[in-house]
Amino acid sequence: MGAALNGDGRVRAALAVAGSALFLSVWWLAAAAPHANALFLPSPVAVAVAFARFVHEPFANATLPQHLAASFGRFALGFALAVSVAIPLGLAMGWSRRVDDVVTPLFEAVRYVAPIAWLPFAVLWFGTGIGGPTMIIFAGVFPACLVNAYRGARFVDPVLLEAARTLGAGNRRMLVEVMFPAALPTIVAGLRIGAGSGWQSLIGAELIIVSSGIGYAMVQAQSSLETPIVISTMLAIGAVGAGIDVLLRSLERRLSRWRPTPEQRTTPS
Amino acid sequence: MTATVMVAAAAWVVLTSVAHVVPASRFPAPLDVLHAGRQLATSGYAGATIWGHVATSLGTVIGAFAVAGAAGTLLGILMGSSRRFEAFVNPVFLLLRPIPPLAWIPLAIVWFGIGVQSKIFVVSLAAFVPAAINSYTGVRSIDPALIAAARVHGASSRVVLGEVLIPGALPMIFTGLRISLQASWAALVAAELVGAVAGLGHVMTSAAYDIYPGMVLYAMLWVGGLGATTSLALAALERRAIPWARR
Repeated sequence: MGAALNGDGRVRAALAVAGSALFLSVWWLAAAAPHANALFLPSPVAVAVAFARFVHEPFANATLPQHLAASFGRFALGFALAVSVAIPLGLAMGWSRRVDDVVTPLFEAVRYVAPIAWLPFAVLWFGTGIGGPTMIIFAGVFPACLVNAYRGARFVDPVLLEAARTLGAGNRRMLVEVMFPAALPTIVAGLRIGAGSGWQSLIGAELIIVSSGIGYAMVQAQSSLETPIVISTMLAIGAVGAGIDVLLRSLERRLSRWRPTPEQRTTPS
Repeated sequence: MTATVMVAAAAWVVLTSVAHVVPASRFPAPLDVLHAGRQLATSGYAGATIWGHVATSLGTVIGAFAVAGAAGTLLGILMGSSRRFEAFVNPVFLLLRPIPPLAWIPLAIVWFGIGVQSKIFVVSLAAFVPAAINSYTGVRSIDPALIAAARVHGASSRVVLGEVLIPGALPMIFTGLRISLQASWAALVAAELVGAVAGLGHVMTSAAYDIYPGMVLYAMLWVGGLGATTSLALAALERRAIPWARR
């Protein structure tokens, strides 16, 4: 049995290598074809070389790490702002019917507007410096965080709430010591979805209005037909996005570890 | 609920048109938006009337979403039902998946220019990935006992796929398609904002240059309205496709 699994594992590893090799060779062959244009599709090697050079040689006024740092700083600001508004508001909506009734219609009205569609107003209201891009990140992060905090608060086990009430917990303690911890795993899941959407919205904003950061480097590379740099920035954007996701995922796992399983809840030890 | 909407509407009228607390250059008054709507319907703006722009944007989203959503779902089902196929595709999928669709816009412009082809490309990418991930998860999360039971009763691989895996994965498949559809609209608007010759994003960019907030808001209303309408249409389709999952 174990040997058979190992055999299958080996086949799968070989297939994984074959898949990657096929992708790279199709890319490489397409780039090396007689009529191929390097401006249009550079070879994987050309991209790797451009990437390595971009790490220490500036393009569009900064090196790759500097561009990434500028973007990430912006992202962190917008993310922190959105989270610190969305989570208390979402919890309050889950807690109080009245807050829910006031906020939900307003939220529903703008829910289907893509975050990036706020860009013209973001520029009009907050300019293209720090404010405009921050508002776009905010618009990307906010909905997922709000919805998840709301759901987390709404679906807290009523037994927990009643138990805390019976034992004499006041409103503040109910919110801080019962509701928030119980909703935490759902909230963190919302942070993860929001972070992905906020990071992508920032890239969109940087393509259009900002004059620093990774999206700006990308659009500069595009207009000067430095396609290897365009692809390098895409890879860097993907890597940072994946890094943020991995970070929040591990946070999610750590927070849900102490969460009681259904059996534990029904049969207290 | 209705009270909130009425208060918000009244606040909009009072702040912009009666008390003039909010200057018209910052946020449009209701009459500015009506004016923009009338202009777009009759003489047109940014190269076409509203119907031309809506046809461009809506046609791109629906076409690219339908094709790429179906292709992504198919890939996800294949990855979910065959571990070997998954092993073959996964490394490339894992490399491309974290790159947000909006980050493809510059490369799409290099490859296809600023016409509608580059929008179709970017929207397809946006629709493809969530559809693939969710249909894959849907197939994988089916109780193995169900599959084993079907097999014990003599079901062939094709029957297992058609009668067990796909119906079992349908709720997740539709979750994926819902996310795909939202991502499609976001990608379309971004691509049209970066550079386009028609479409609602192009209207917004032109209006932003002309400092015409009424037109910006009017185009946003269309984007939100079309996003909501297509989502509702998809939800109706979901109810017909999964009649056993009434919620």
